[in-house]
Amino acid sequence: MAQRAQPISKVLGHAVSLGVLGLIVATGVAVALRAEDGARIGAGDWAAIRFTVLQAGLSALLSVALAIPAARALARRQFPLKSLVITLLGAPFLLPVLVAAMGLIAVFGRTGLLSAVLSAFGLPPLQIYGFHGVVLAHVFFNLPLATRIILQGWLYIPAERFRLAQSLGFGPSDIARHVERPMLITVVPGALMVIFLICTTSFAVALVLGGGPKATTIELAIYQAFRFDFDLAKAALLGAIQVGICIVAVVLTRSFPVSDGMGAGLDRRLDIRPPRGWVFTTQDAGILTIVILFLLTPLAMIVLSGLQGIATLPPQVWWAALRSVGVALGSVVVTFALVLPLSFALSARSRLAELATSVPIALSPLVLGLGLFIMLNPYVDPRAVALPVTALVNALMSLPFVARILTPPVRALRSDYGRLSASLGITGLTWARLVAWPRLRAPLGFSAGLAAALSMGDLGVVVLFADGDSATLPLMLYRLLAAYRVDQAAGAALLLLALCLLLFWAFDRGGRANAAL
Amino acid sequence: MLHFDKAEFDNGGFRLSADWQVPAGTKLALIGPSGAGKSTLLAGLAGFVPCIQGAVRCDGVDLAGLAPGTRPLTMLFQDHNLFPHLTVAQNVGLGLAPNLHLDAAQHAAVNKVLGRVGLEALGDRKPSALSGGQASRVALARALLRARPLLLLDEPFAALGPGLKAEMLDLVSELLQGTETTLIMVTHDPRDAQKLADQTVFVDQAVAQLPQETGAFFANPSDALARYIGA
Repeated sequence: MAQRAQPISKVLGHAVSLGVLGLIVATGVAVALRAEDGARIGAGDWAAIRFTVLQAGLSALLSVALAIPAARALARRQFPLKSLVITLLGAPFLLPVLVAAMGLIAVFGRTGLLSAVLSAFGLPPLQIYGFHGVVLAHVFFNLPLATRIILQGWLYIPAERFRLAQSLGFGPSDIARHVERPMLITVVPGALMVIFLICTTSFAVALVLGGGPKATTIELAIYQAFRFDFDLAKAALLGAIQVGICIVAVVLTRSFPVSDGMGAGLDRRLDIRPPRGWVFTTQDAGILTIVILFLLTPLAMIVLSGLQGIATLPPQVWWAALRSVGVALGSVVVTFALVLPLSFALSARSRLAELATSVPIALSPLVLGLGLFIMLNPYVDPRAVALPVTALVNALMSLPFVARILTPPVRALRSDYGRLSASLGITGLTWARLVAWPRLRAPLGFSAGLAAALSMGDLGVVVLFADGDSATLPLMLYRLLAAYRVDQAAGAALLLLALCLLLFWAFDRGGRANAAL
Repeated sequence: MLHFDKAEFDNGGFRLSADWQVPAGTKLALIGPSGAGKSTLLAGLAGFVPCIQGAVRCDGVDLAGLAPGTRPLTMLFQDHNLFPHLTVAQNVGLGLAPNLHLDAAQHAAVNKVLGRVGLEALGDRKPSALSGGQASRVALARALLRARPLLLLDEPFAALGPGLKAEMLDLVSELLQGTETTLIMVTHDPRDAQKLADQTVFVDQAVAQLPQETGAFFANPSDALARYIGA
C-alpha cells in the first residue's frame, strides 16, 4: 500500500536487467556455438594478450601519474578561465577515437609538428606507430578523465581539514602526507581500474596506431580472427579472455570507490591555500600548461588541416554522415528505453540492475556484434541490419556511463519529492510531466548528448559488416585514411568532430533550456 | 473522528503502536524523545508506512486501502514541501488538481487562498525566490485549499527560528478557526503544544500514549515526560 510506485518500477528495471544480461550471454553463446572446431590460442594471440595488459597497465599508470599534479594544481589555484579548462578536460570523452588519433599523428607523427621542430635541430623525426603510440593515445584520452576523478577527490576533502592543517602550521609536504595522500589512496585505485578497463577493450586506437604482430590488442585480434580467418571460435575465446582480464581488474580494486569524473561543481571555489614560493607556482603552472597543450594541439591540428578538406568531400561522405547521425539518434532512443527503468531500479539499490549496467564496460563490442549477427543471420541479411545492430551495440556500451549519470538525480527525485508527490496524488503520466521531466531533464539532456556523441564517433561493430552503402562516417574516415586520401580524410575528421560536438551540445542545451530551478 | 484501533505501524522494523481516538476538530500535539516514533505515527497515518495490525479509521472509513493522495488528510513535511521548478501558484494549484489543469474558478480560488496567507503578489515566483517563512505559507495555502479533514504537521517550521515559528503557528491557529479540521502536530517544544493544542500525546518507547488535556499534561508530568523536558 505504501509507496505503490516502487515495486512496479523495480519489476520493470529487473526485467530490463535480465533482458540486457540475457542478450549479452546469448551473443557469447551464439559465437561460441558457431565455432566448428576447438579454438587454438597461438603465439600471436598470446602476444596480443600480453600487449593488451601491458599497454593498458602502463596507460593507466601514466595517466594517473600525470593527473595527480594536474588535479592538485587545479584544486589549489584560482585563475581566469579555470572552468573552461575543466570543461576541456571533459572533451576527450566526446572525441571520436579516430579523430583524436589523427590529431596525435599530426603532432607526434613522422611528418608532424614535433618532428618538424626536431629536424630544425638536426634530430631524426618521431615514430608514432606501435606500442608507444597506442599508450600515447590512451593517455590522451584518459589523462583528462583521471584528472577529473582525482580533482573530485580533492574537492571532497572537508574544508575543515585544510583549516586544521593551516592552524597547525603544516607545510606543503605535511599537507601532502596527512591530508592529500590519505585521499589519494582511496581515489587512485578506482581511477587506475577504470582506465585499465577502457584501455583493455580498446579497438580503434590499436587499429590505427598499432597493428602488426607487436602491437595488437585483444579486441583487434578478435577483428582479425573474424575478418581474415573467419575463426569464430577464436573470436569467442578471445572475447572471454578479455572479460576475464577485466573481472580480475575489478576484483583487485573492488574495495575502492569508483568515481566517474562526471560530477558537477568541479570548479567551485574552495579554501585550499596554494603554497607560497616560485617553485610551487612554476610546478603548478608547468603541469597545467603541458596538459592543456597536450589536449589542445591535436584538436587544433584537426581543425586547421580539416578546413580545406571539408569543401572537397565527395557525396558519399555526406551520406555516411547522415547515416551516422541516424545511428546516433537511434542509439539514444534505445539507450533511454533501457536506462530509464534501470536507473529507477538502481535508485532502489537493485543488485541485478547494477550488474546489467556495469558488465558492458568489460565486454567486447565486436563479440557482441558478432553474436547478434549470427543470431539474426537465419532471418535477415546481416548487411541489411548493420546500422540498427550498430545502434543497439552502441546503446549497450553507453549504458554504464549514462546509468551512473542518471541514478543520483533519480534517487534524489524519489527521496526528496516521492512523499510529496504521493500525498498530493500526483501519479502516472501527470507525475512524469509535472515532477519527473522538469527535475530530470538536465541530466537526461546531458546523458543523451553523451550517448549520441559516443555512438556518432564509434568505430567498432560497423567495421565487421558494413558495405559501401551502409558505412558510417567513422568507417568512411577510416577508409579514406587507409587509401591515403589525406586531405579528404582531414575534412571528414573535422566533419565528424563537429557533428559529435553538435549532437552533444544540442541535447545538453535542450535539457537545460528554460530549466530555471 | 480519528480512531487508532489497536494500530501498529512497521517503519522498516521499528514498530509503533497506538490505541485511542479523538473527536473531529481536536488540536493534538505529539511530543516525545527523538526516535520514539512521532514521525512514524504521522507517516503511518499518511500512508507512507504500512499498518500491520489493527486499523486506522477516519469518520468510520478504514484508511488501509487508500493511497496517500486519496486519504482524508494533508501533510506538511519537514522540508521539500514545494516543487522548486513550479511557481508558487502552481504549487498551490496542485492541491486542487494534481495535473494542474485548472479552470477559471480554480485559478480564482488559488489567488484567494494566497491572499489569506498574505502572498497574493507572489504567485508567479519560484520557491527559490521565497524566504523560509514565505515558503511555509505557500505549503499552508495548499493545505487550506485541499481542505481535508486532517492536517498533519511534521515539524514544517522547525528550521524557521523561534520568532517566525511562533508566527506560523499563530497563522495555523487563525486559519483553522471555525473549521472542523483535526490538527496533529509533531513538536519538540512544550510551548508549541501549550500554544496550539488542546490535547497532547506523549510518544515514548514505540507507544503513542493516550491523549491528555494539554494543560493537565504539563502541570502533572509523568516521570518520563519530566526527564524529557528536563523539569
